[in-house]
Amino acid sequence: MNLLDFFRERKKQTPASIAKERLQIIVAHERNQRCEPDYLPALQKELIEVIRKYVNIDNDQVQVALESQGNCSILELNVTLPDR
Amino acid sequence: MAKIIVVTSGKGGVGKTTTSASIGTGLALRGYKTVIIDFDVGLRNLDLIMGCERRVVYDFVNVIQGDATLAQTLIKDKRLENLYVLAASQTRDKDALTTEGVERVISELAETFDFVICDSPAGIEKGAHLAMYFADEAIVVTNPEVSSVRDSDRMLGLLASKSRRAELGLEPIKEHLLLTRYSPDRVIKGEMLGVEDVEEILSIRLLGVVPESKSVLKASNQGVPVILDEESDAGQAYSDAVDRLLGKDVEHRFLDVKRQGLLQRIFGGRE
Repeated sequence: MNLLDFFRERKKQTPASIAKERLQIIVAHERNQRCEPDYLPALQKELIEVIRKYVNIDNDQVQVALESQGNCSILELNVTLPDR
Repeated sequence: MAKIIVVTSGKGGVGKTTTSASIGTGLALRGYKTVIIDFDVGLRNLDLIMGCERRVVYDFVNVIQGDATLAQTLIKDKRLENLYVLAASQTRDKDALTTEGVERVISELAETFDFVICDSPAGIEKGAHLAMYFADEAIVVTNPEVSSVRDSDRMLGLLASKSRRAELGLEPIKEHLLLTRYSPDRVIKGEMLGVEDVEEILSIRLLGVVPESKSVLKASNQGVPVILDEESDAGQAYSDAVDRLLGKDVEHRFLDVKRQGLLQRIFGGRE
């Protein structure tokens, strides 16, 4: 980065910097998904079916995520129940 | 044993075929026996860019299906001794390419050639998958633009997981970034992603930057790979990229606007 860039950056966001920011976010998100095991979508689908036996929920109200921390992985399950 | 290089991008229209034609021609110019294979079954175009469209008799699918031999099918370039083209078929049958068939053709070519350049179709369907499956190295062609960069990242993921090298647990495919249609003046104005931005997002080695240039269309109109237009900036950029591909350390050119303004000269442009 040269001096000119430095002043320009402080002034305001350029279209290019917006593009870079958006790309960094989406690319990081998609890379995470890539590391997910193949069974995750199927697991999510089956979980939804099981929960539906008891509560009526939409497809997007169950979120399944796998996070790895060191040598252990955490399966995070987030279910939003509808208002009664 | 030949080196197998795939030219890929995910997104269409970024310059895969232009790049395949120029890199292949550049390698042949430097004395390496090179063949460029068009994997875009149904949408053959490499023949036009190479200027050999009227000499296509048999194609890739004919060889795979055993209707023709490689010797009958390879089209020898009229300009260069060491350069050959294997044209794609115009069939609409999407399953015409098979893994076994492609493997057989590539390994037969690998016996006599130094480089096999696989010109991938756009997308991530079968043709694109087979183009990269047997590769040793990959040139990921990217435009400084959001959808192209995203698709390139997706391709990098596939190269790392769905290739033969990945499946057999061999040394991973060596990935190179080739940034094309680059406009330094728009980068300086903050309108276009710069080289460093794209490098940072994709984090792979930069093979070259090809500036947006009128010479590319001029060359393709005439069926001449743009690398043969030695006067043109794009041709020179491709030439540098070929040298880098062969391991030479060549400084990057065409990253600056041709005439710098006063302020730029004072504060210093890009090195």
